[in-house]
Amino acid sequence: MGTRILILGSGLGGTIVANGLARRMPAELRAGDVTITVLGATPKHMYQPGLLYVPFGRAREQELFREERTILDRRINFQVDPAAQIDVDNNRVTGKSGKVYEYDYLVIATGSRLAPESIPGLKEGAHQFYDLEGARKLRDALQAFNGGKIVVNVNAPHKCPVAPVEMTLMLDEHLRSRGLTDKFEITYTYPIGRLHSLEPVAQWAVPEFDRRRIKTQTFFNTASVDPEQKTITSEEGDTLPYDLLITIPPHRGAQVIEDSGLGKMGWVPTNPKTLKREGSDNVFVIGDTTSIPISKAGSTAHFEADTVIENITLLVQEGRWSRDYDGKVFCFIETGMNSGTYVWFNYHTPPKPTPPTQMVHWFKLAYNRMYWLSACGLL
Amino acid sequence: MSNRQTIDARNTFCPGPMMELIAALKQSEIGDEVEVLSSDKGSANDIPAWTKKVGHQVVSAEEHADHWAIVVKKMK
Repeated sequence: MGTRILILGSGLGGTIVANGLARRMPAELRAGDVTITVLGATPKHMYQPGLLYVPFGRAREQELFREERTILDRRINFQVDPAAQIDVDNNRVTGKSGKVYEYDYLVIATGSRLAPESIPGLKEGAHQFYDLEGARKLRDALQAFNGGKIVVNVNAPHKCPVAPVEMTLMLDEHLRSRGLTDKFEITYTYPIGRLHSLEPVAQWAVPEFDRRRIKTQTFFNTASVDPEQKTITSEEGDTLPYDLLITIPPHRGAQVIEDSGLGKMGWVPTNPKTLKREGSDNVFVIGDTTSIPISKAGSTAHFEADTVIENITLLVQEGRWSRDYDGKVFCFIETGMNSGTYVWFNYHTPPKPTPPTQMVHWFKLAYNRMYWLSACGLL
Repeated sequence: MSNRQTIDARNTFCPGPMMELIAALKQSEIGDEVEVLSSDKGSANDIPAWTKKVGHQVVSAEEHADHWAIVVKKMK
């Protein structure tokens, strides 16, 4: 029997790993010495960063989706059968269908999910744009919005760390372009004592928000929302009124992680360099699923995936380790409808964003299309 | 029985030590302690201030050669 590689999750991380392994081990796959299986929750693959544009009517929904089967290398066995139980002691995973999948190497890339229900009133009282249904509803709400108080509320932990800042700036520009200048007021709330966890981004945001007269409330961790009174209250004791509430809800990891006893809140304790699950030698964890204290973002999953591809390939082919993950993260930052910047950092290099330009915005728009090449393992 | 977990957030830039602490407290029980290791001076100042404001307890805050070690107890 050959080496069985099982990948849980068909988001960006799982897809890149599967395609990368297939491209590096063609001979082994042809000979049957290696098999690669991906268990996904849906036949569709969604480009999640595209959701940012949906509320403003700037993305066609069908552009956000492709059939996962068409993205994956044809030599990969893809099953729409999400993991229901992961048994790392016996190297086996049970799918939702009841089918059992045994493995020699396991890659857990089951991602994160929104948990607005963890804060009383948040689900009922707030809009969000982190899934398609939410982004559609926010689009409708923005079309009907003719003025008033908007609160953009950020909760921890959450993925795509710069999306709240992008949403705030794009929202301001969108409403002004609709002729609503002086008829709306945006208040941006953030859990810690500055406007963004990345200090350079926070420093840059202060004058930018001031210039646009966007109000801010730091040290704001949501305790509850009252949908009837239209107020949001923090653990710190502050209450804000709103006409439209846009939240970035707190996230949790996949339910299967908790059900399998692999980590509180669905986050798997993971070595920050080897990306192995703590306590396992043949289980790798990437993307939002890890407990590593770095950004939960597509680029994180991508760079982690590159490391895991190299390591599993060399372990299979030569029985040796290739390299550790260096903590690299890269994020584009849309600073309006026509400008953007970017930031990158790793475990050793702090972030230093450059001034926004129209060129970087165009690069971001181009990447929105090139994403599919990343997923295919070509970029 | 209360538990203590340690978050080694030294040299991590995003989401950073304080966001990690907030997330960890959400998954903790009342009485549990979270130790945060941080090389970020801003967080070392902000964490005790925020902890008092929100009603948790700073058990200890120690400055080491290249980082701070702050222990917070969940009180509510």
